[in-house]
Amino acid sequence: MDNNATTSLKKEVLDAMLPYYTDIYGNASSKFYKVGRDAEQALYKMRESVAKSINAPNVNEIYFTGSGCEADNWAVKGAAMANRKKGNHIITTKIEHHAILNTCEYLERHGFEVTYLDVDEYGFVTPEQVEAAIKDTTILITIMTANNEIGTIEPIKEIAEVAKKHKVIFHTDAVQAIGHMKIDVKELGVDMLSLSAHKFHGPKGVGMLYIRNGVRIDNLIHGGGQERGKRAATENLAGIAGLAKALEIAVADLDKNVAHCKKMRDRLIKGIRDNIPYCRLNGPEDEGRMCNNANFSFQYVEGESILMMLDMNGIAASSGSACASGSLDPSHVLMAIGLPHEIAHGSLRLSVGEDTTEEDVDYVVSVLPSIIQRLRDMSPLYEGVE
Amino acid sequence: MYSEKVMEHFANPRNVGEIPDANAVGQVGNAKCGDIMKMYMKIEDNVIKDVKFKTFGCGAAIATSSMATEMVKGKTVDEALQLTNKAVMEALDGLPKEKIHCSVLAEEAIQSAINDYRRRNGEDVPEDKEYTCEH
Repeated sequence: MDNNATTSLKKEVLDAMLPYYTDIYGNASSKFYKVGRDAEQALYKMRESVAKSINAPNVNEIYFTGSGCEADNWAVKGAAMANRKKGNHIITTKIEHHAILNTCEYLERHGFEVTYLDVDEYGFVTPEQVEAAIKDTTILITIMTANNEIGTIEPIKEIAEVAKKHKVIFHTDAVQAIGHMKIDVKELGVDMLSLSAHKFHGPKGVGMLYIRNGVRIDNLIHGGGQERGKRAATENLAGIAGLAKALEIAVADLDKNVAHCKKMRDRLIKGIRDNIPYCRLNGPEDEGRMCNNANFSFQYVEGESILMMLDMNGIAASSGSACASGSLDPSHVLMAIGLPHEIAHGSLRLSVGEDTTEEDVDYVVSVLPSIIQRLRDMSPLYEGVE
Repeated sequence: MYSEKVMEHFANPRNVGEIPDANAVGQVGNAKCGDIMKMYMKIEDNVIKDVKFKTFGCGAAIATSSMATEMVKGKTVDEALQLTNKAVMEALDGLPKEKIHCSVLAEEAIQSAINDYRRRNGEDVPEDKEYTCEH
């Protein structure tokens, strides 16, 4: 029940990766002998496959990275540095992943100015808000496709139109979205898009940044000529093979998976709402919510305790409480949608996947109410509520 | 991340609940920080005859409450006041660094309850301090 955190590696994906650890072990840069050339050709095919999967017009717009985090860091830092003569202003939202937020904070320490847009109670930001924040000095807008904690799907296409109108580079972090909604970079009109293989049944340690030709961006890793000289390092061929294969499957099975996840998600949400009082669903209702995400706050209890009791029952989940995140404050996303601290501390994220069955959902719905009740019976905040 | 002892006390917390005729009640922490501990005691002849707790908080907060109540049950008030967060931690085979504040909270909850008892008996005891979120 934590498929927003990571997913299992598919057998077909592993099978697609293995040859690059054994037979085709060549360095794609060593073109003067066969195993090197084989690797180079295989890499081209993988890039072509990924370009096709996200409908990138050109194969050379696909850049492989070591993670989604790296892709986000590169997009933001690279575009900021390459365009600093034009201006120093960046627009983002308060609910981005830390890969974006912490990078923006880093840039602020180096003379950039960042606007962190508010979101509404469901986590939405509007194109109008983005447009109103644009200044003469704005060089980059970065807004996530879908939120990892509460599942809000942002109006990326409309924001891209605003960015285009004002000639500002637009990046979107699609790490959570891919595999759960259609991602077509041409149709979305984005300049850059990040993704990470392990979120859609691919391997860990490999990501991708789509950079539309014509976007000015600084090189990330200086060294050899890999990734058109922008991100040096011998390519992780097996990892890239896994990413490409997992993405092909995710795109081919998209409609089926979305329908299945939605069914499981809605069964879960209904089951929880029907059986647990004093709970609220964080994030949007049906439309505008990622098909696989459910996020609840349970009043009078704390999230880490819920996670520990779920774990004792064999259920893996996640929470936005301060204790669970190891920091002083609860999740920045739950704060941004206006939850009071004590409600945010009692949050629980359950994310389903294509492997989730009705039995899995029903099992969660059967054990969660007694866990919440047990913790409430222990909680001084619940005294007098019963 | 947690020791087996912590997990055991979290899974089977001792002394959970309220004491209707408690003559010592103390509460520390606040909801904003994510943890509150409330201790109820029945003190007779300066001896803690019974102690129960209610806690809103993480696994460590519940486990430290449970352990602290076990450690003071049957002790005299003066002995209970000697209980340190370090002793509670040691009894639980340690806590992760970011959870040490939970053991501090347990120590303070015991003190808060005993201070309440002393106030009820006309002793001049300073008010409990205001809580700020610390980890």
